[in-house]
Amino acid sequence: MQASGVIFYFFSFIVVFSATLVVVSRNPVHSVLWLILTFFGASGLFILLGAEFLALMLMIVYVGAVAVLFMFVVMMLNINFRDLKSGFTRYLPVGLLIGLVLFVELSLIFGDWIPINFMNGSIQKAVDLELENTKQLGRVLYTDYILYFQLAGIILLIAMIGAIVLTHQRKRAVKRQDVLTQMYRDPERSIELKDIKPGQGL
Amino acid sequence: MTHLDVLTIGPELLLVIFCLISLLVASFYDSINASNLVFFSTIGLLILVAFLIYISPYKMMPAFGGAFVRDSFAQYFQITILLSVAALLILSKEYLVKYQLLKFEYPILVAFSTLGMLIVVSSGNLLVLYLGIEIQSLSLYVIATFRRNNLKSTEAGLKYFVLGSLSSGLMLFGSSLIYGSTGSIEFKEIYAAINSGGFLLGIMAGLVFLISGMAFKASAVPFHMWTPDVYEGSPTPVTGFFATAPKLAAMAILLRVLFDCFGSAVESWQQVIIILSFCSMFLGSIAAIGQKNIKRLMAFSSIGHVGFALIGVACATEEGIAAVLIYMVIYVIMNVGVFAFILNMEREGVAVTNIESLAMYSDVSPGQAFFLAILLFSLAGIPPLAGFFAKFYIFSAAIDSGLIWLAISGGIASVVAAFYYLRIVYLMYFGESKELLTGSMPVTHWILFVGAALLMLVGTVNLYGLDGPAKVAAFSLLN
Repeated sequence: MQASGVIFYFFSFIVVFSATLVVVSRNPVHSVLWLILTFFGASGLFILLGAEFLALMLMIVYVGAVAVLFMFVVMMLNINFRDLKSGFTRYLPVGLLIGLVLFVELSLIFGDWIPINFMNGSIQKAVDLELENTKQLGRVLYTDYILYFQLAGIILLIAMIGAIVLTHQRKRAVKRQDVLTQMYRDPERSIELKDIKPGQGL
Repeated sequence: MTHLDVLTIGPELLLVIFCLISLLVASFYDSINASNLVFFSTIGLLILVAFLIYISPYKMMPAFGGAFVRDSFAQYFQITILLSVAALLILSKEYLVKYQLLKFEYPILVAFSTLGMLIVVSSGNLLVLYLGIEIQSLSLYVIATFRRNNLKSTEAGLKYFVLGSLSSGLMLFGSSLIYGSTGSIEFKEIYAAINSGGFLLGIMAGLVFLISGMAFKASAVPFHMWTPDVYEGSPTPVTGFFATAPKLAAMAILLRVLFDCFGSAVESWQQVIIILSFCSMFLGSIAAIGQKNIKRLMAFSSIGHVGFALIGVACATEEGIAAVLIYMVIYVIMNVGVFAFILNMEREGVAVTNIESLAMYSDVSPGQAFFLAILLFSLAGIPPLAGFFAKFYIFSAAIDSGLIWLAISGGIASVVAAFYYLRIVYLMYFGESKELLTGSMPVTHWILFVGAALLMLVGTVNLYGLDGPAKVAAFSLLN
């Protein structure tokens, strides 16, 4: 076996093993930690494919942001996981049946698959080893793929508008600091000096 | 990207730029006036974009390397979608003001979802199709929940969101299977790959997933579960919106994918569509009988109508496609009219959606009762109204392509469906009433309501000349 083969099996084993533990482990915090290990394994596989940009993105975005957010949600929201798992045994047979059907379907599809289009080169090679990933992405992102890129941007914008519309509470009672009014306040009119004699009130 | 690409996508680009600018302006000048301004300028802009698409000289040339195609088929659907959205926006004004929902985000989200529909309709590959659908549905989830203090509205939004994401996932999975088996996401190349490499099992599975996702968006049985709840819970103008433009877009993508991608493998998807159509027609007509809420009733009615339109898709002929195009336009006009009425069903300022409350409506307002009766007769497909001709075209296309039994069962389903439409007419004229409705209607609503009813009568003469454009559009889809 070649070295790349060994590395591939190593990372694949990590991915499959930790993904199983994400589902199985009892403590949700442990689940998230296993999920992070899954992401690490997957990014190792990406590097093996020569997609180093994707691998780093996976690290930064998924491990750095998404998994941490998950962790926050799990720790901060008081979700009763016992309630969530209560229907587990009841729905297990249905779930297994659907899983089995999908598995059989996919293996049938794989048996029928002819890599014809892949051999005559109608699919461009995913990675050109001459150039690094970032450069390649930069070349197509705003040229060939501008439509997709901008549409994806619009989707993110809508998600943002939606989150604001649905959660933003406009509080009229809150007093905000207005720096300009503070600065233009006239001391002559705002401060009154009084001379108070000792032993007397105002 | 060349300047031709930009010119081709110009109308959509205008819509995006408008949305961004009004978003900025309105959030800085956050007031009722700004909301009103955005609201009316959105309506104006939608009509303007429809006009620009109508006169656009840059068609037939795929832009962005085939990702965006504005052929006659796309034009036909885009203009209909834009006009129906504009009509529904006009209708929603009073409701939003009444429930203090008139925020500038509403027209902007509606405009964004319209943008998604426009892109979906003229998509040239699976990726643009998916992105367009996401733009469309994400905005729809938000406006379904727009009355966020209302429990039913939030429930509707959440249900729609969860099930909608599932269906998007199914579509994406199907697309990836198709990509794996054909080596391309371009509709044209998938078509070519099926012709040269045969119809692999992977393509078949991918196609089934794709159809399930699209059937969800069109709310065809058995993917209709969300429809009654979402229609009932959403604010009424949003329900009206759901019943019109997104249905058009869903039918358009179904036609686009089935004929552009899989036009050479008709026998492999025809059965699926026939079953979807058959189940939708019968469930739509039978389940609606027991409904007491008119919004739920319209939900089942829309499921039934999608079933009828799917007969035309199942024909897989040019005649069938043209029949679907005509059917959808007439369906949308009827729905705009009916929702203009539903929005004004109230008693002493409180909105009512109970069907029983329509009893003796003919006493309150004979004119409105008469026009609503026309619309309902047309929805039921009773000659000589336009709704009848819509069904007639569909059934004759089915008979010509050998689907006689489907046409016959469609006839039976429409007879069953006629019961619940006619029951409303019965209630309005002969029902026993305890409390009458108020029966007032703003002028804009009255114009759209009566206009839709009159169009049903005028439609009997020549179907507004839709015949020609529909044929051209169907032809452009098939070639």
